[in-house]
Amino acid sequence: MAVERRLRLDPVACDAFGHCAELVPELIGIDEWGYPVVDGSPIPSHLMDHVDAAVRACPRNALSVQRVDGPGRRRPIASSRVVVRRPGAP
Amino acid sequence: MTTLEARPATARILAGIGGAGQRLDLAAHTAVHGPLALGARRDRHWADGFVDAIAESGITGRGGAGFPTGRKIETLRSERRRPMVVVNAMEGEPASCKDHFLATRVPHLVLDGAALMAACVNAPGVTVCVPRGSTAAARSFVTALAERERAGVGGVPVTVVQPPARYVAGEESALSNWLDGGDSRPQFRPDRPAVPRVKGRPALVDNAETLAHVALIARYGPVWFREVGTPEAPGTTLVTVSGAVDEPGILEVPLGSMVSSVLSTAGAGSTGGVLLGGYGGTWLAPSDVGTPYDPVSLREVGCTTGVGVMVALPAGGCGLAETARIAHWMASESAGQCGPCVFGLPAVAQDLTALAQGRASHRDADRLWARLGTIDGRGACRHPDGVVRLIRSAVTAFAADVNRHLAHGPCPGAAWPSVLALPHREVVEWR
Repeated sequence: MAVERRLRLDPVACDAFGHCAELVPELIGIDEWGYPVVDGSPIPSHLMDHVDAAVRACPRNALSVQRVDGPGRRRPIASSRVVVRRPGAP
Repeated sequence: MTTLEARPATARILAGIGGAGQRLDLAAHTAVHGPLALGARRDRHWADGFVDAIAESGITGRGGAGFPTGRKIETLRSERRRPMVVVNAMEGEPASCKDHFLATRVPHLVLDGAALMAACVNAPGVTVCVPRGSTAAARSFVTALAERERAGVGGVPVTVVQPPARYVAGEESALSNWLDGGDSRPQFRPDRPAVPRVKGRPALVDNAETLAHVALIARYGPVWFREVGTPEAPGTTLVTVSGAVDEPGILEVPLGSMVSSVLSTAGAGSTGGVLLGGYGGTWLAPSDVGTPYDPVSLREVGCTTGVGVMVALPAGGCGLAETARIAHWMASESAGQCGPCVFGLPAVAQDLTALAQGRASHRDADRLWARLGTIDGRGACRHPDGVVRLIRSAVTAFAADVNRHLAHGPCPGAAWPSVLALPHREVVEWR
């Protein structure tokens, strides 16, 4: 089963700092009130480094990456507290 | 809250209440329904049979989400720690008063259901939640518990608590968070459907009406339960009928009854549309009032059952103006946690008001549609989604009105007094 990674936003924690949207505009938009609109589709591998940066940059710790390895099985693999080194990363 | 008068068309939960709507004390309750047969503690055989009966009955939660009750118990039974049973009679929905009615008229039916659930999952206790300020409901439960203790009716200890009376306070995660000592605000639970937890224990949270049905299924069996209703949506349901009807109140109707027949039982004439499922629900167009009241049939016309509510809009009334009032009220009931809810709901409420008052241009209308798409699905709970759903259904059900308002300004009905209950909160509290 192919492993997919998706962005996950905690809307309660989010305070619309907007760093994430600046770092990964490909996946994160901003609504008219300044809050991020997160694309729930799988993260393309070439954007993973930018996503990791966005996760680390969030002052409210509201952004994370979740790994989906099968239908319904989800677990977060990285948040701005936990930095997961991916295979092949420097 | 609407004045209460029960007219049981199919009296199951409402059996024995009568037109005056008197409260059934334990003696009256036992005379109507017979004694409660509880399994002994840790009696697996009894518990298995009970779970099978609930699953076979096909009953779904009556709090709005409509989740199969049998599956919920199964999930809780597989938990390692003994779960708490939580009775949800919070009823934040202003157009609904069925939970209040159950609490003040048939508290023993609700408590029987809770006792059965507790025995089934081997719960150490039951917590009954009624909204703060609903003194009559709380007192009725407390009196009922004293009656049960005097009569020696078994079961685990029961406590009655009163979380803040807010629209979102009865949401499962908000309720469990309050019971855990926090605010009664919805929590971000990314891995739904996770089991809510209270003080480290899993919590079996069931709506008061669901438990009343459970008490009857335990007595009369799943086959009896399925005798009325549809194969997909069996049994009866309580519906609070209000608005342009002669006799507002609580009706118990078989699922699958035509919406129009439920309304005419309550003395409705021709209507300008029907609000179904509450303030996060959907509008049924006047041309669709012949639709059977069950989730499958209503889905076909783009509606939901939600919580058992029907508000009849008077013929000539303005559904857009009424929806705008609801949207403003719902915005004021936001827990104030998520940006799209805090900023989005007031924005769409303003847009809709402009449309209802005939001040909106086509560009304003386009912005409203775009905003609805932006807000949908972005809160920690479903509160903003409910408002989006309601506005979208209003635009569909009252499509001709939308065009008329855009072209010619407001209709006369926009200035009519509201048929909706929009309670003013003196105190806003979350603890």
